[in-house]
Amino acid sequence: MAATLSTPSAQKAKHAEQARPSGLFRRKAGDHDKAGPVAYVLLALAAVVSLFPLYWTFVAASNTGERVAQSPPPMVPGGQLWTNITTAWDQADMGKALLNSTIVAGCVSLSTVLFSTLAGFAFAKLRFRGRNALLTLVVATMTIPPQLSVIPLYRIVTKLEWGNQLQSVILPSLVAAFGVFFMRQFLSEALPFELIEAARVDGAHSLRIIWHVVFPIARPAMAVLGMLVFVQSWNDFFWPFVVLTQQNPTVQVALSAIGGGSGHDINQAVIMTGALVGTLPLLLIFAVLGKHIVGGITSGAVKS
Amino acid sequence: MATHVRAEAPPARPAWRSRLYRFDLKASPYAFIAPFFICFAAFGLFPLIWTGWLSLHYVDLLKPDVMEWRGFGNYTRLWSNDQFWTALRNTFTIGVISTVPQLLMALGLAHLLNYRMRGRGFFRVAILAPYATSIAAATLVFVQLFNPDYGFVNWMLDAVGIHPNWYSETWPSQIAISTIVTWRWTGYNALIYLAAMQAVPKDLYEAASLDGANRWQQFTRITIPSIRPTILFTIIVSTIGATQLFGEPMLFGGGVGVSGGSAHQFQTLSLYLYELGWPSRQLGRASAVAWTMLLLLLLIGLVQYLITRYRKRHELGG
Repeated sequence: MAATLSTPSAQKAKHAEQARPSGLFRRKAGDHDKAGPVAYVLLALAAVVSLFPLYWTFVAASNTGERVAQSPPPMVPGGQLWTNITTAWDQADMGKALLNSTIVAGCVSLSTVLFSTLAGFAFAKLRFRGRNALLTLVVATMTIPPQLSVIPLYRIVTKLEWGNQLQSVILPSLVAAFGVFFMRQFLSEALPFELIEAARVDGAHSLRIIWHVVFPIARPAMAVLGMLVFVQSWNDFFWPFVVLTQQNPTVQVALSAIGGGSGHDINQAVIMTGALVGTLPLLLIFAVLGKHIVGGITSGAVKS
Repeated sequence: MATHVRAEAPPARPAWRSRLYRFDLKASPYAFIAPFFICFAAFGLFPLIWTGWLSLHYVDLLKPDVMEWRGFGNYTRLWSNDQFWTALRNTFTIGVISTVPQLLMALGLAHLLNYRMRGRGFFRVAILAPYATSIAAATLVFVQLFNPDYGFVNWMLDAVGIHPNWYSETWPSQIAISTIVTWRWTGYNALIYLAAMQAVPKDLYEAASLDGANRWQQFTRITIPSIRPTILFTIIVSTIGATQLFGEPMLFGGGVGVSGGSAHQFQTLSLYLYELGWPSRQLGRASAVAWTMLLLLLLIGLVQYLITRYRKRHELGG
């Protein structure tokens, strides 16, 4: 950022000298991209709105069910977190759910990153007939709602007796149009043609080029895509909800069981504990790698 | 003789090699994109067509091999079904009240984040945090916050003396569900806008501010026109997302989630599809809803396309 900011300021000085000699205007021009107090207040407000529900999840998960069901609602954490966690663990198989979600999201993100990088590389840097038409088709597939394939997929899965098994959730998401597009956008800017040509002159075949040229350069984008897909897969709801049961759930399916029950004896604190446990792994990833994820999204992933 | 052999033999290997090289050059692009298209054909296109075929039949979830021809009967039945129209209307209204404020706020936030400021990294991660929260977790939390009796929202609203029931009343329940959607996606869209805004040449702003344009004018005259393709992209993605809305209303409704509230006051098309296909076991009718959703999306896409084409022509003409 520092590098991009230095160039405009040099131009700025020149502009200011040419257009308005007055020092007052030059100052104004220099400050044009600096945040004022209003911007800080509004952004702080947005941050509070974004973070408050997460904070409150923790508050509710650490209080008793009776306390959560009182008005005014609790605002500070209590000491019930461990009790609630054990209850939630008993009510829905949270341990298995966390393991299942890790397996599913792990497989899906690994394969999506691999296949998307291959396809993205081909679309960005290789010449072949029908390239543009096929790329348009890839983007167009993003618009088809998953609901359209759910019924036949459900039938296929039950025919194969894969109902309630993880591969029925993993297989349909092995590669995503979004990922192909993402890697294509990244590689068309980041990978110079000269590098591929040089490798070809040295006699490298395509797989060698992939391994020794494309992967090293694409690594940051692959990491970001991996995280985005992991989040998406971890949070996927509709298809897992249709095909899995409480005997072998992902986190989201287990959460739907904790929250889906009706009646007054339901313990709200335990529900919130489930939500907390199901979200915590992702929030931890975010706390550690958030800057990279943000960087990945803002570094031109979806500029078109 | 010797020269002849020397002339023949050495090219033999390079010829084989160069043929392999050319084959590699020609075929490998297709090999690289093949996984996507195979996956799409198997899990996207083929089921899509099969759904269309199913929608012309009566099919029971438990006896899916027995298919009874219905022609367009499932579709005409939808046409005259009140619940379908309610679901369609709900999908539309929830879509509008979740998408429009969301994208407007995202634009504003992106504009603010584009300023030079302290703590920029923190703000960016903070507004993206809801994106890491799953539909299920977020909805369960908001169910608590919107609880009419002890929820945080009504506790605050008591101060101004209104006390809506966020479940049973139509508009409040739809607003509550839209709030969940908006909360989860605003930050993500803001970052996408921010990416586009950072690509806008800084000189444009320099020139404008020297010409005396204030920040609002810079925003409306430079920023918005420059990032129009990205705005269009987010509108399309959000429209698709809104059409598919399922998890939020489903879990928001708790025990009556599948029917979208006791009076279907927040049942979306996706929920209606699920209710028809699974609890009611009528896969044929559910397939008809699925295809209706696809046709609606195509219709919306067509309208968007015509609007952009009209506007382009209009601008060129004027």
